[in-house]
Amino acid sequence: MELTSPGDVARRLTGTGYVCDDALATVVYLSLGMQRPLLLEGEPGTGKTSLAEAVAEALGLPLVRLQCYEGIDATQALYDWDFPRQILHLRALEAAGGTDVEEAEKSLFDERFLLARPVLAALRESPAVLLVDEVDRADDEFEAFLLEVLSTYQVTIPEIGTVKAATPPIVVLTSNRTRELHDALKRRCLYHWIDHPGLDREVEILRSRAPEISEVLARQVVTVVQSLRERTDLLKPPGVAETLDWARALTMLGAEEIDLEAASTTLGALVKYREDGDRVRQALDRMLAG
Amino acid sequence: MHAADEILLGFTRALRAAGVPVTQDRGHGFLRAVSMVGLDDRQATYWAGRATLCAGPDDLDRYDQVFEAWFNARDGLPRSVPAQESSSTVLLDVPEGDGETGEADEAVRAAASAEEVLRHRDVAALSASEKRRLEGMFDDLRPRSPLRRTARHQRWHRGDLDANRTLRNTLRRMGEPGDIAWRRRGVKSRRVVLLIDVSGSMSGYADPLLRLAHRFATAPGAGSRPVEVFTIGTRLTRITRAMRLRDAERALVAAGETVPDWSGGTRLGETLQVFLDRWGARGLARGAMVVVFSDGWERGDASHLAEQMARLRRVAHRTVWVNPHRGKAGYEPVQQGVLAVLPHVDDFVAGHSLATYAELVEVVARA
Repeated sequence: MELTSPGDVARRLTGTGYVCDDALATVVYLSLGMQRPLLLEGEPGTGKTSLAEAVAEALGLPLVRLQCYEGIDATQALYDWDFPRQILHLRALEAAGGTDVEEAEKSLFDERFLLARPVLAALRESPAVLLVDEVDRADDEFEAFLLEVLSTYQVTIPEIGTVKAATPPIVVLTSNRTRELHDALKRRCLYHWIDHPGLDREVEILRSRAPEISEVLARQVVTVVQSLRERTDLLKPPGVAETLDWARALTMLGAEEIDLEAASTTLGALVKYREDGDRVRQALDRMLAG
Repeated sequence: MHAADEILLGFTRALRAAGVPVTQDRGHGFLRAVSMVGLDDRQATYWAGRATLCAGPDDLDRYDQVFEAWFNARDGLPRSVPAQESSSTVLLDVPEGDGETGEADEAVRAAASAEEVLRHRDVAALSASEKRRLEGMFDDLRPRSPLRRTARHQRWHRGDLDANRTLRNTLRRMGEPGDIAWRRRGVKSRRVVLLIDVSGSMSGYADPLLRLAHRFATAPGAGSRPVEVFTIGTRLTRITRAMRLRDAERALVAAGETVPDWSGGTRLGETLQVFLDRWGARGLARGAMVVVFSDGWERGDASHLAEQMARLRRVAHRTVWVNPHRGKAGYEPVQQGVLAVLPHVDDFVAGHSLATYAELVEVVARA
């Protein structure tokens, strides 16, 4: 399972259908070797989340995903007790006739009433890949909590004891930069900014993700999308995920090449604002006429 | 091996000198990373350094320049660091403030203390010594963060039923029912975003406005850092980091070094769009209190500016437009830019004197 060089990483990832460049391969290699979390930032739709999925698949490890949101706290990330079942258990004990109080209490905080949330699950299952998605959405307090877990790879449950990962899980954090993360957290991590891919690489991604798309169509689609990204007047320039969606939509309609009609009916897969839709439609008119 | 470490550590020092905050543990991580990929692989060394030493997109440009200068100079070929991109600034002929500026009434002047007069004077028309006195008076401004309700609940002695806690308490008593626990929605500071126009027509107000921004950014309530400061003009610059320096003078110097387009032209519409695309619409301005400081002198298309302001207002909780000329006698909103944005702002306030800044602080706190 050991990966010996960045090239090795790139090959493994390509094997799962994730096309990555030297930079990303080097950073993933370093993150695995140095056992440091990997912090990925970049435009939405550039494959931050799917990198974690690809790494998990390439290494044959389970993927544990923690989706962050405002107000998330330790009970949603770490563990919680299953209260209804505990109550039920208590009632059952009562019905069975009075037992030893201490015994009953002990049985309440048993493993079987413990709900393992993503972080605990990852520590227990490790080696595993823990994906902390959109960490910028969570609050500062949660960041501090993450920092604690990521520096020791262990959690303490008062009623049961300390759970420590035998081998630290591979941790991937993604952020859309809606706010600046705390420096202490960033220092724990390797940082990588994912850019939109170039023309050839994006065609490669399309072909590898959706082999049913014809070579001609893939190239045309990517050419259009890349020229759209260069425009400054779009509210939300399409990411790779949108390119893929659009190409799939066109293929489902049986298109071998882009034609204006199919393109404008499937535009909803590419741009998600009405204003953008109008602008892209005009641009397509010109592009396909020329 | 020793020599190699020296080269690498020297590089981290050069990087620190260039303004990338490289701490010792980052430098250590860099050495480890390079030892894994091998120093002979220039490309891998580059990526290893980028992953271990940089903390955000702001650092990447500087890293590239220093890396180029450091490692390619070592080949024996002295290379110049690529010069900073010159900003495409357009200088504007703007009418200077005319006689109306010192409008404080003579009778009031006699009655009120000198300080009180200074509070109401137009900050752009002060003499150097008056400016220095005014700088000290900025400390009296105490910005408070506006509040918003959060999704998370807090323990409280009344309010909504807290089923989880009640159950937990019941459980603790082996299922015996007892007191009911209550909870309420928590409150949290709402984010405040300040956009400061630093174009030529606003040059007289740049210094006081930055001082005001500094007061906001370092206010005690800003502990969870909900205040963001940007300058707009010909381009958008984020100066939040500079504004968080505790010392006002140092913060202003740091901001001065960060902003490339002082006293340039104005392309409000375009810079607003850049702000919305890169920061605002992604979440920075969502539900935030957005304050724009500008006189509305727009070189670009006013309808474009209006479109962007409309977008901003849809995203933000509340938008405030602060115009330094508004409080002056005989002011009428006739500039194209101002006319374009007026339908899209919640508050249109004056911003030419310390007194008006105190009012602005209240407007922001109430949002």
